[in-house]
Amino acid sequence: MSLIEVEDLWVRFPTRTGVFDAVRGVSFSLGRERLGIVGESGSGKSMTGRAILRLIRPPGKVEATHIAVEGDDILKMSERQMRDVRGQRISMIMQDPKFSLNPVMTVGDQIIEAYTQAHGSRANAREKTLEMLDAVAIRDAERVMRAYPHEMSGGMGQRIMIAMMMIPNPSVLIADEPTSALDVSVQTQVLRIMDRLVSERGMGLIFISHDLNLVSAFCDRVLIMYAGRVVETCRADRLHEAEHPYTRGLLNSLPRLDAPRRRLEVLKRDPAWSDPGSVRGSS
Amino acid sequence: MSQFDVTGTRARSGWHDWLMTETPRSRRQARIGSFYQGWLTLRRNPMAMFGLSILVFLVLLAIFAPLLAPKDPYAQDLGARLLPLGSEGYPLGSDSLGRDILSRLIYGARITLYIVALVALIAPIVGLFVGTVAGYAGGWVDTILMRITDIFLAFPRLVLALAFVAALGAGIENAIIAISLTAWPPYARIARAETLTIRKADYIAAVRLQGAGPLRIITKHIWPLCISSLIVRVTLDMAGIILAAAGLGFLGLGAQPPSPEWGAMISEGRRFILDHWWVATMPGLAIFIVSLAFNLLGDGMRDVLDPKDAGK
Amino acid sequence: MNAIGVENLNVWFGKGRDRNQAVSDVSFAVRTGESFGLVGESGSGKSTILRAITGLVPSWSGRMEIAGIALGKARSRQFYKTVQMVFQDPYASLHPRHSVDQVLGEALKLHGFRDVDQRIERLLKDVGLGPAFRFRYPHQLSGGQRQRVAIARALAPEPDILLLDEPTSALDVSVQAEILNLLTDLRAENGLTYVMVSHDLAVIGHMCERLAVMQAGRIVEEMTVEDMRALRSTEPYTKQLLESSLGYTRET
Ligand SMILES: Nc1ncnc2c1ncn2[C@@H]1O[C@H](COP(=O)(O)OP(=O)(O)OP(=O)(O)O)[C@@H](O)[C@H]1O
Ligand SMILES: Nc1ncnc2c1ncn2[C@@H]1O[C@H](COP(=O)(O)OP(=O)(O)OP(=O)(O)O)[C@@H](O)[C@H]1O
Ligand SMILES: [Mg+2]
Ligand SMILES: [Mg+2]
Repeated sequence: MSLIEVEDLWVRFPTRTGVFDAVRGVSFSLGRERLGIVGESGSGKSMTGRAILRLIRPPGKVEATHIAVEGDDILKMSERQMRDVRGQRISMIMQDPKFSLNPVMTVGDQIIEAYTQAHGSRANAREKTLEMLDAVAIRDAERVMRAYPHEMSGGMGQRIMIAMMMIPNPSVLIADEPTSALDVSVQTQVLRIMDRLVSERGMGLIFISHDLNLVSAFCDRVLIMYAGRVVETCRADRLHEAEHPYTRGLLNSLPRLDAPRRRLEVLKRDPAWSDPGSVRGSS
Repeated sequence: MSQFDVTGTRARSGWHDWLMTETPRSRRQARIGSFYQGWLTLRRNPMAMFGLSILVFLVLLAIFAPLLAPKDPYAQDLGARLLPLGSEGYPLGSDSLGRDILSRLIYGARITLYIVALVALIAPIVGLFVGTVAGYAGGWVDTILMRITDIFLAFPRLVLALAFVAALGAGIENAIIAISLTAWPPYARIARAETLTIRKADYIAAVRLQGAGPLRIITKHIWPLCISSLIVRVTLDMAGIILAAAGLGFLGLGAQPPSPEWGAMISEGRRFILDHWWVATMPGLAIFIVSLAFNLLGDGMRDVLDPKDAGK
Repeated sequence: MNAIGVENLNVWFGKGRDRNQAVSDVSFAVRTGESFGLVGESGSGKSTILRAITGLVPSWSGRMEIAGIALGKARSRQFYKTVQMVFQDPYASLHPRHSVDQVLGEALKLHGFRDVDQRIERLLKDVGLGPAFRFRYPHQLSGGQRQRVAIARALAPEPDILLLDEPTSALDVSVQAEILNLLTDLRAENGLTYVMVSHDLAVIGHMCERLAVMQAGRIVEEMTVEDMRALRSTEPYTKQLLESSLGYTRET
């Protein structure tokens, strides 16, 4: 059975100038695998992730035939059941790490609170927290525990969020651009942790990113989103052979270490890309 | 006729578009447009609109009191003492000196508005100033200012106001000063807490890189972010302020008789509360309705000004 | 001539047991018109160096020079006319209640320009945003558009030196390409000097001539971009960094 099953998902925002569809009929399923979602800014990647946790802020609306988490339809759940799903079964690493942390509470207190909530006891929360910070390659964990979020570097904030989200041992992790502020070697370490969670504990991972090379190397499958639709889906290691002109455009706008160019290619958008129906993203 | 209708709707939708555009063409249009959008949000909240209409009604009452009041609020008629509700010429009855309660309530609206307006100006501004300076400067400035704030907070509001009025002497102006002096500390707290989270933000660092000094940063960059939560807080506190003013009036330390201040009217009426309940109840009801109106409006304002907290 | 000279720079935060030496003994020089990259471990002090140059950190020691003139504790307005910075996070660097017009207008007024209206229009055009964006608020802009506004604000005083803290890490590749092209053009037209922080070595390779590799508050190696492309390095940390930049490989 797949961990997550999404069928015909729409996310709508009523705006002053009419209804804006941020996600338009996306369907996919997630097994015990690493599923990448790529696409340009504003294509609806984050909204897809948030919709699965029912975290779309009002006035935004989520509609779908069903969104099943291990067989249970979350659209039919009460807010209370949702809280259990969010805490225990699915974790999400938000895109804007410093924004998601409480600015007036020390980092240590926040992680300990998350731990206490997940495990129901404070016993060895401190040791566990230090362990988690160590796992995400934070050097002086003791100092970071006592520090406030604004005292963290961009990458440290991101790693703190990652540590927090892995505490409850979720069966699905949705990671929204989790490594965009990390240098490559720390990035590798963090990805290894997620990799192990998938291969050893059978967790499902939705990995939202705009780093095409990374997704291609790290994930099993990729969904490519444009204007709220999935325009193409393929095996991650075949991403570089992708056919859709949009995917090709994204790939071509990357600077490359091995092939320097004077100017980078800029994506030229074709209105026709947003027309056809979504491609199904089931394995 | 139909021709008029057509142009009428066109003109209206033209205005509407001009106000609602995502791409205003001038600073003025942008500012007016965002006000209009705030108004539209407020208008969607029926309770807030209910509160607002009560307050508008109150303002109109105060302005046109001489025209609206059926009688002179000070005119005594000892032959018509303590008349019940619905008496001939005294729709809300009369008090112990035979004055028309309705007329007194209408004139009292002026006093209530006067108190509310002055307190609502003084207290939040003092609080905003103290709080943001303390939060932005930090260090010993912060320590001193916040200790002072704590001292003020440590006393119950009415007790402190009593002490001030006792020192300054009874009277409506002194009551206003006393209430303002006791009302600012919570605003200073809020403003300081907001400043602490704002001052480390990159956008503050960015204006410092443009060479802006602390005064400019506090007034132009920190105040706009604190003001919305203060406005909400002040609107919600209005009820408390009216009650404090009424409380002082009731204790004989605020407005002095024969002034038709609502609190003072309750105070006068309490002697007859058992046999002639309406004398104290009518001004009480007025206070209740106005407080409620401010509360409802405050809730609606919160939805407009900080949408983040809406629906909590 | 050197646009920027930094010698034995130390920066620390906090005191007592919370003291954190964020930058230790860092020295480097950037020539006028050059584009210099700073790469390295997350938390190694790259942003802090840029903040120290612009006077945003309280405690530092060492020597910093801009165009041959040593910097003291305070920065003059003249300094900010020469040096400007673009921050790491476009979501945090714009005031949530100021429209694009207010942001740019304030910067221009603070620097004493008179023809504010024309300049705002020019700046918006320079960064590839039309006049339609002038009265928008940050929440009406995408991440890439915000970053352009931040770049326009930094360009407002017509600086000679631009410090860029991960200008594209929060942006998707298509917007990244637009911004990098924009920065290349601006440098070519106005002869700007860049110091650019990034963790994406391909971006540094595209934009810079030389770079310094940082780890735990120190510069471990300075190299040319050609050396980086050829993976020629002497330091083990740099080697590790260059190797990991070739791509993620799964464990088996
Ligand atoms: N409250 C809102 N009202 C209206 N539109 C919104 C709202 N929130 C988000 N959107 C729109 O929804 C679309 C999808 O946003 P989403 O955050 O999913 O993009 P994304 O693919 O994650 O992009 P990025 O790479 O920049 O994070 C965007 O075009 C955005 O403008
Ligand atoms: N305001 C502050 N107060 C205390 N410590 C700080 C502050 N700002 C930064 N630091 C510390 O300084 C060190 C260097 O941070 P810096 O932001 O320079 O890193 P960075 O190299 O830019 O990393 P990243 O690539 O993750 O952004 C970190 O250990 C960080 O915790
Ligand atoms: Mg997103
Ligand atoms: Mg940084």
